[in-house]
Parts: sequence; structure tokens; C-alpha cells
Amino acid sequence: MLSTYQETGSVLHGIRAGWKLLFLVVLGSALFWFERLDLIVVSLACVMMLYRLARFSLATLWDQVRPALLLLVIIFLAQIFLTSPEYAVLIVARFAALILAAALVTLTTPTSEMVAAIEACLKPVRRWVPIEKVSLALSLAIRFIPVIVSITHEVREAQRVRGLDRSLFAVAMPVIIRTLKMGDQIAEALDARSFENSGDGK
Amino acid sequence: MIELENVSVRFEGRRVLQDLNLALTEKRIGVIGLNGSGKSTFARLLNGLQLPTEGAVTVGGMDTAKSGKDVRRQVGFVFQNPENQIVYPIVREDLAFGLKNLGLAKADIPVQVERALERFRLQHLIDRRTHELSGGEKQMIALIGVAVMNPRLIVMDEPTTLLDLRNKRRLMQAVSDMEQSVVMITHDLDLLSAFDRVLCFHEGRLFDDGAPEAVIARYQQVCEEC
Repeated sequence: MLSTYQETGSVLHGIRAGWKLLFLVVLGSALFWFERLDLIVVSLACVMMLYRLARFSLATLWDQVRPALLLLVIIFLAQIFLTSPEYAVLIVARFAALILAAALVTLTTPTSEMVAAIEACLKPVRRWVPIEKVSLALSLAIRFIPVIVSITHEVREAQRVRGLDRSLFAVAMPVIIRTLKMGDQIAEALDARSFENSGDGK
Repeated sequence: MIELENVSVRFEGRRVLQDLNLALTEKRIGVIGLNGSGKSTFARLLNGLQLPTEGAVTVGGMDTAKSGKDVRRQVGFVFQNPENQIVYPIVREDLAFGLKNLGLAKADIPVQVERALERFRLQHLIDRRTHELSGGEKQMIALIGVAVMNPRLIVMDEPTTLLDLRNKRRLMQAVSDMEQSVVMITHDLDLLSAFDRVLCFHEGRLFDDGAPEAVIARYQQVCEEC
């Protein structure tokens, strides 16, 4: 969801966001419903083949799994001790397939289409759910996660310069304070751009 | 026209602006003053982001305290830090945001967005991710995000603070090309030479008001004496 969209002009890029999200929901449910290693390994292989279909390189595929690698290794080792090596493989393959499939959807779908698809899904419940606010909240989350990451880097660097190497608390406090201040300013910016005037988005 | 009548603003008992009586009719108005002099509070009064504790601010006859929403349609606001003003991950989406809030028809929005970017010769940024833009590009997108809503007046709170010389010139060129009236708060006194009027604030009061050259000269003298 973090604006990782990469245009390659593939068939998958042309499919509507709603179908891709539905595929993700169905695949996710199926992966957790079936406890068969062969089916899960085949699913993983299929998802990897979809990367080829989307014209992404192996390096791109690897980039999607790499951030979760440590977690996958921990889960694998824990499952070996707690259950069996076969079940450990099943669990890791299941998570890998899910991570790769979710990443593939974000790689092939612009955030605006994704948000529009979510808005469309929420339409039947618009009487109870403020769709425009949900959609804005999603967009804000996507927009500001990189900004918060960059604030965290700034704070860590500033502390390193002053001789503080590692302290979760010392990093967390200024990051939280700056994020809250930023939140106030964003709220004002939304006000200034007439967000409160928002109608039905016709 | 914007009018301020006997306006004062207090924060936690402290007066940050006192007894302002002003009528703003000029096309280009600069606002200067030392840090903490009340410039930003004054700017925020103009579009109702800040309401006066005493007195009244009216924009085209509308009281900011009673018609805040309508006032904000007339008066756009560009903040000092564009990072907090750009709310969507893609430039196209961010520029569309304000238009959507104005209730424009869906089909017209992309056309307006493209036109606005063309006017500022920045159409190449349309599909860029906003967090990957340079500081100058972000400030320009923040300005276009407000200009695209076509307010009658744009208030800019130190818009050049984070910009290098090239981007500062680019922004000022964009400002001078704009049809709208502009009220700009700045510490860059050079930028105000072509403005019609400059207001100088000091310790919450309007210290000076007049043609740029005279006001800036008196301000510099005061700064030297401080």
C-alpha cells in the first residue's frame, strides 16, 4: 500500500483494483483454509509465476520477501520445535505466498485505484460508514508513513550525533511528539482546503 | 476586501495580537516582523483558521467566526512546511483533493488538475509520488493545490523558508503570475520590493504600514537597535 506501484504495462496492471483485492481475499482465505503442503506450495509457485506475468524481475520479487525474512525464519524455527519440519515449511510457504500476493497487488495497482476500490466496497454501508473519511484516512496513512519513517531517521541521526546510539524510548518520544504536532498541522491543512465542505463526492 | 475591526487574539491569557484595525484591498501585501511578533496569527485570522478573541474579521462581508467554511473557499492558505499540507501520495490525487471538496463534477477534476500544472509549467510532476518530490517541488505543489481551488486571495506563511535560491525565484515568479490577491508573510525582505503594501508587526501590534521601501527601511533600523 505504500505507493510501491511500478508501471510495466503488463496484463495484471490492466485488471481493475477491485478484482485484485477480491483475488487477495480469496487466496488468503484459501491459504488458511487448506492445511495441505502440496496445495500451498503450488499456490506459492503460482504467485511467483504471476510476478513473471507482471513483468517483474526476480530482484523485485526478492525485495518483497526480504523485509519479512527474519520473521519467516523465526516462525520456521519455532514451528520445527513446536510441531514438525513439514508443518514449519507449510506455515512459512503460506506466509510467503500471502506476502508476495499482497505485494503483487500493490505493485500493479496505483494507490488511487486501490482507495477507489475500497470506497466502492464500502458503498453498501455508506449510511453507517463515512466513506470519504475512511478513504481520506487510508490515503493519509499511505502518504505519511514514509514521512514518519523519515522523521524517525532524523531523530536517530540527531541522537547519534550527540552520542546516543540506541535507546528506543529516546527515539520514540520525539517521534511521537513530532507526529502529533504534524497531525495538528495536517488537520489545519485539511480545513484550509475545505475538507469539511466535502459533499457527496459527485 | 478583508477588514479587521478592533481585533485582538489571546492565547492562555497572553495577548499575541492587539487592537488591529485594517482594510486589505491591495493585490500584493507583504507581512514582516520579528519571530513571535504575531505575523502567523494575523495570517491565520484571514481565513478563519484562527478566530479573534475580540473584534471581528470579515472577508467580502462574511464574518470568519460565523462563516468559516465559506471564508475558506475565498481565502486559500499555503503553510510554511509543504510536507504537512500535501495529503495524498500522488501529485494528481493531491491536487484533485481540493476540487473534490469544492464539489466539482468528477469528469472536470482531471482537466482542472492538468490545466493548473500546465499553468505553472509542472505537468511532468503529475504522476510523481509526493514524498519523493524535492523541497521546491513540494512547495510548488502545495501552492498549486491551493491555487487550483481558485480562491480570491491566497495567504502564504513563510513559503520560501525551506527553499534554495532557484526555487525561491521560481515560486516568486509563480506568485507574480497569479491573478489572485496574495498576502505573504516572509523574512525575505527582497521578495517584497514589487509588492503594493507591507505591514510590519512588533510585539503583537501593527508597528508600521505602507509602501515596501519605507516600511522595510524602518524595520531594518528597529532590528539594528534591538
